[in-house]
This record gives sequence, structure tokens and C-alpha cells, in this order.
Amino acid sequence: MISPPAKAERSGAATIACSAPVRDASPSAAPLYEKREPVFPKAVRGKFRLLKWLIMAVTLGIYYLTPWLRWDRGPYAPDQAVLVDLAHRRFYMFGIEIWPHEFYFVAGLLIMAGIGLFLVTSAVGRAWCGYSCPQTVWTDVFQHIDRLVDGDRNAQMRLQKAPWGPAKIARRGFKWSIYLVISLLTGGAWILYFADAPTLFREFWAGEAAPVAYATVGVLTATTFVLGGFMREQVCVYMCPWPRIQTAMLDEKSLIVTYKDWRGEPRGSVKQAEKNPGAVGDCIDCNQCFAVCPTGYDIRNGPDIQCITCALCIDACDNVMEQIGRPRGLIDYATLEDTEREKAGAAPTPHWKLIFHLRTLIYLGIWSAIGLAMLFALGARQRIDISVAKDRNPPYMLLSDGSVRNAYTVKLLNMESRPRPMEVSISGLPGAAMWTDDMGRESASRTLKRTVPADQADPVRVYVVAPSGTDGREFTLTVRALDDEGGSDTHAVRFDAPGDEG
Amino acid sequence: MGNKHIDQATGVETVGHEWDGIEELNNPLPRWWLWALYASILWAIVYVVLYPAWPLVSKGTEGVLGWTSRGQLQGEMDAAQKARSGVLAKIAVMPVERLPEDPQLMKAAIAGGKAAFRVNCVQCHGAGAAGSKGYPNLNDDDWLWGGDLRAIEYTITHGIRQPDVDDKSHFSQMPAFGKDGLLTSAQIQDVVSYVRTLPGLEKPGAASARGAQVFAENCAVCHGPDGKGLRELGAPNLADAIWLFGGSREDVTRSVSYPPFGVMPAWGGRLDPVTIKMLSAYVHSLGGGEDFLASPGGASADFSADSAVKADAQP
Repeated sequence: MISPPAKAERSGAATIACSAPVRDASPSAAPLYEKREPVFPKAVRGKFRLLKWLIMAVTLGIYYLTPWLRWDRGPYAPDQAVLVDLAHRRFYMFGIEIWPHEFYFVAGLLIMAGIGLFLVTSAVGRAWCGYSCPQTVWTDVFQHIDRLVDGDRNAQMRLQKAPWGPAKIARRGFKWSIYLVISLLTGGAWILYFADAPTLFREFWAGEAAPVAYATVGVLTATTFVLGGFMREQVCVYMCPWPRIQTAMLDEKSLIVTYKDWRGEPRGSVKQAEKNPGAVGDCIDCNQCFAVCPTGYDIRNGPDIQCITCALCIDACDNVMEQIGRPRGLIDYATLEDTEREKAGAAPTPHWKLIFHLRTLIYLGIWSAIGLAMLFALGARQRIDISVAKDRNPPYMLLSDGSVRNAYTVKLLNMESRPRPMEVSISGLPGAAMWTDDMGRESASRTLKRTVPADQADPVRVYVVAPSGTDGREFTLTVRALDDEGGSDTHAVRFDAPGDEG
Repeated sequence: MGNKHIDQATGVETVGHEWDGIEELNNPLPRWWLWALYASILWAIVYVVLYPAWPLVSKGTEGVLGWTSRGQLQGEMDAAQKARSGVLAKIAVMPVERLPEDPQLMKAAIAGGKAAFRVNCVQCHGAGAAGSKGYPNLNDDDWLWGGDLRAIEYTITHGIRQPDVDDKSHFSQMPAFGKDGLLTSAQIQDVVSYVRTLPGLEKPGAASARGAQVFAENCAVCHGPDGKGLRELGAPNLADAIWLFGGSREDVTRSVSYPPFGVMPAWGGRLDPVTIKMLSAYVHSLGGGEDFLASPGGASADFSADSAVKADAQP
């Protein structure tokens, strides 16, 4: 056993970055493999537990309910508020509709999410791990179910040790079927983001949904069941890359859950303290901080990758300190920098003051700049677009009357959820006229009128003919919406003629 | 390797390697990781039994499922063929000139024709169907033997100048005015001048005036009095801007003296009627297709009659 004071002298961030969970392994006979020690966290009350409840309610609420929200977009578009329509290559989010060529909005959101994680880590440490990571939230749900079915920590430990018999089998079966129902709901909610939720829900239970829907639900049910129900902290400790990245991002200004060893050590009971005032620290070695830890880590060993900073140990310790009449905060959020000051006798700096430091503000600046830029782009984006692909083989066509024809595939994009009349016109090619596949050259003119269906790209093959003697040159095709909303877009196009290749 | 020691900060033994001062702790692996390894091994064994795996001398082990990548491809091809069969059956019973009435079917036919064109036609007509000297450009509005859907279908089916293969093949032969001494060299130069005035490549002059006389006596019977050609004989329009064998003096002189004859295989014996219909639709769609007129009269009426019989005979 390594004594806690020695542990506490570890030099913070640099060490956590490279250390795996500390084991009581004797160095001479380190085993190759290690059995998982089951974790039975004790129920706890307190402000951080309340915060966890709130965040769990919000995140799960968002996850399970969002697909059922409706949003009226008129007769030509789906009425689901948030929908990733893979089949039609559309992404709907309330009033925003994103086309594949606007995917940079999604990329921007992902970049914001990434920088958001940096921002959160810089401001409040591993808050993502401790409160809102799906693995944490679902593990928390499953641990509540454990307590609901099997009782609190001690009862769970007894049941774990008890031999398998009818009672244990029944209890386990009951608990695992609750796991399974939750896992099924979790996997099931996922697919509702990708199709009309009420329809898919009915089809799913009627056995009419696409095989990929069942496969997705199956995989996600299995992962929720296994990762949330059984693997739990093993995911954070061994599988997830994020704790490694986060430990590298923590610095002396990061808020981490800290056991204030200079105040707590040496540990001693209340009686010892009464007998010998001044000889023992505030920690009475009640082990409540360890008992409530959802990953089974003893925070008094110092910061570690296994600590997801959920702060439940702070709640547990504060409760104990209150009972024995000592000041709260023996275990508390603190930065390494502030810890040094506190050791030297200063009062702890309020947390809100620790959150705002330069790095946090820089992240906040970048994050907001991207967000504002995206909002601006969203407000300024055109809902009409023309793109032109020229036929290159052959580049031009000599017609029998000596005139020259070029062919183009013109795509008119109507990104509104209603059919729109549009007009395409030629500028910069004197004497030219155009016609399309579905009309004859007789009706060729300098403008084409087309009604583009709602929410679609209308590909038209357009022939442009210019009189004999026209040189190869650039010209412009312009599309203009003829309705009240208006809007236009242009595309510069090459016109090839004989003799160009000279 | 000999540098194993206990790491001060963690109390864990190091493995003994060191890279620029960075060392590795010898922490135990989680037990479930080992199970994952065993599960992978089990998976591999099952895979080796079920699927082709071990390479042997001439071929590999086959696996009890009998799966092959070629078999999978064949299955996918069959499925695609099956998916297409409905459309193909519809095209089969539809006379080619009525395809445009059904835009969906026409679109499918054009797509199918494009694929068939890539396999069978690009060798001469080019990937963009733009042809080259002596090989007609199929994108333009100049047609030797007719440019409506039915005429194109007839031409593809029976070919051009294939009397030995298909007696319905298009056939015509321009006399070799120079080689066979039908015209003198001077007369040929005159008629070349005249012909080149028709699309405006040369200005009229004394030579072209003499050439007009020669043209009227020798050429007009096929190319028409105004030089606009005659599709029944595949006689090209000489008054337009398009010259299959070149429009320069030298090229036209060569064409009059030693007339070139383009040939095209009769595809009727090589491709099925549905593919030919699709090819016709594709060629027609390239931008120069002409509308089919119910009774164009003359020789093309024969083509239509022939085509109609064929269409009716199909299931």
C-alpha cells in the first residue's frame, strides 16, 4: 500500500497524463491480466448530485423527445423538427434546412462541438466526462436501477457475493430485463432521427421497417446494454480516448476535483481528534468519498484518469463534514495553482473567478467567432442556385447551317419547400439562343422559363447555338426566380467554337 | 531491458524500455480484453471454416458456405437484370418512334443506349459520338440516311453497305469520276469549285459556272439539283457546313475522284432488338434527332413498313 501523502505529492497534470489507474499491485509479481472490480456506488445527496439529476433529465429528455417534435414546413417537406434525411440528402433542424453542398454548416457545428469541449475543459475541467457524456449519463441511469432493484451499496455487495440461487437469478433477471428495456428505448430513439418518427415507430413494431433500422437498433441496444450495464467505468479507463486527450489539456489553471491533503492528513477518527487536538487532520477516514464514486476511485490518491470529476465525492464529504461540524470543502473543485496558494494559507478563490482565465477566453472567442460566422452565412445564403457542366466530348458541334452548338447540363436548384418559377438567360454571347432536350430548336430563345419542383435540383440539358463565325469565349448563364421572393445566381460558362484548338 | 524499476509517482513497475526519457508502466491488462482476444480467435476460426481462406497450390480453400466474390457479383448482376427486365419488356413492345410519348421509358432507353454505345459504337463514332473524318458525327443535325427514331433504328439494324450480310442494308455507290475516267481532271476541278460555292466556301466564278453544268449532268441525280442530297441513297447534303470527308479543295477533289464509302455493320444479327431500340433512342437524344413523320413518303416509307412489321412481331 502506497501511503496517500506520497501520492499527494505527485505533480498534478504531468503525471495524470501518463498514468493508468493505480493498483495495489506488488511490483515483483505484477499480474498480466486483471479482473474487473465491480463498483457499487452508494447513493448520495447534495448540490452536485442535484446538478447531475438536472443534466441527466435535460440530456435524456433531448435525446428521447426531439424526434417527436413537429415543425410545419408546408406540403413539400417533412414536418419533423429535427430530421437527418439520408435518402433525400437533407438535414432539417427546426427552421434550417441543409443540403449536401451546404455540409460546411454541419462541419462548422462539429468544429464548434470540438472547440466547445476544449472550452469546457479549460473552464471547468472534465465536466463533460462527469456530467454529460452519454456513457456517464447511461451508467448513472443503470446504477440508479441497481439501487432500486438490489438496494444500496452494501445490499448490492451482499448480493454479488451470495451464491446463485432462485432468488438471485430472479433478481438479476428482473434487473437485466430493465436494462434491456432501457437499452432498447435508447437504440430505438436513435433511428427516429433518420425518418418520420411516428411512421417509423409504427412500421418498426409492425415488422415493416427497413432491415437497417432493425440492425441499428440491435447494435445500439447491445452496446447500451453492455457498455452501460456492465462495462461502465472500464469504458472511461481503457476504451475512451477522450480522458487521455483531456488530461493533456488540463493545466495548473484547470478545475479538478481535489482532496486537500494538507487539511485532511493525517487521517484520524473524531475520537482521536478529541483526545489529541492538532495531531490529526480533518479527514476521518470514513471512506464515504470512495463509496459514492461511480468509477470506484479513491480521490484521496490524487488526480487520476479514473476520476471523471462528477463531484459526488464532494457531496459525500461535505455531508460528513456538516455532521461532524467541520467546514465543508475538504474535497472540492480546485486548481493546482489555487491549491498552492491555499496550502500557503490563503483562502480558496471562488470558483467563478477561476473559470475565467486567458485560455478559456481565447477558446470562447474562437468558438463564438465560428458560431457568429455560421449564423451570418445562414442568414445570407441563397436559396436558388445554378450550376453548369459543359459537355467536353465533343466540345462543340458544327451544325449544317454553319452555326455552332455547345451542350451543357444545367442544374437549377430550388432550395425552398415550394415549386418556383425560374428564368435562365444568356448574356455575353451575341446572336446566341438556347433550347432544351424537351423542346425543339424552333423554339430556341435567349431565355428559358422553367418551374423547378419544390426542394429539388432540376437538371436540364441545354443546347446553346451561336451563329457561324462566333469565336470561343466566356459567357454567363443567369438564373432568376420569378416569384415574390426573388433571388438570382450566375455561372460563367465557356463556349467553344471550331478553330479554338488552333 | 534491464532498466526495470518502480515508478515513483504511481508505484508501478516500468517495463524497462525507455525512449527519450519516456517510459512505459507495466500495468495489467483488463481481463475482458483477453476475452475479446479469444472471441476474435474464435471468430477467425469460424470465418476460415465458412469462407475461402487458405491459399493452396492451384486454388484456395472454398469454405463451407461456397461464397465467391464472382458469385456475389453474378448475383448482383442477376438482380440488376431482373430489376431492369420490366422496363426492357416495355421497350420491347413499344415501337421505337413512340418511345418519346413515355418520358420515363425514353429516359431509361437513353441510359441503356448510352451503355450499349460505349461497348459497341465508340470504336468508330468516338466516346462523345462526335465521329471523325469519315465517321459521322451523331450529335449534329446532318443525317445521311435519316435522323428520326425509326430511320436510326433501321440503319443500326441493317447496317450500311452490307449487301452480303443483310439484303435490307443501306446501299449506294458513287461513281469514281476520276479513277474511272468519267470526268477529266479539269472538269473535276470545275465541279469541285461549284460544290464549294454551295455552302459558301468559295465565291462563284468562271470555274464554278462551268462546274455547275458538270454537276447538273453527273451529280444532281443523286445529290439533287441544288446539292442538298438525297437520304434514300445516303447522298450527302453538299450545301451545308458539314463535310464528312473534308471540305478543302484537296479533300473534295479526292472524294470526287476516288469516292470513299463508309460502312457500318448490320447490328440486327449481333444485338437484340431492345438494345438496338435503346441505341436509337440514345443517338436520337444527342441533340440532332428529327421528329418521326407518319408518312414521309418515298423510300423511307419502306423502312417504316419494315420496322412496323418487326415491332409487331415482338412479344
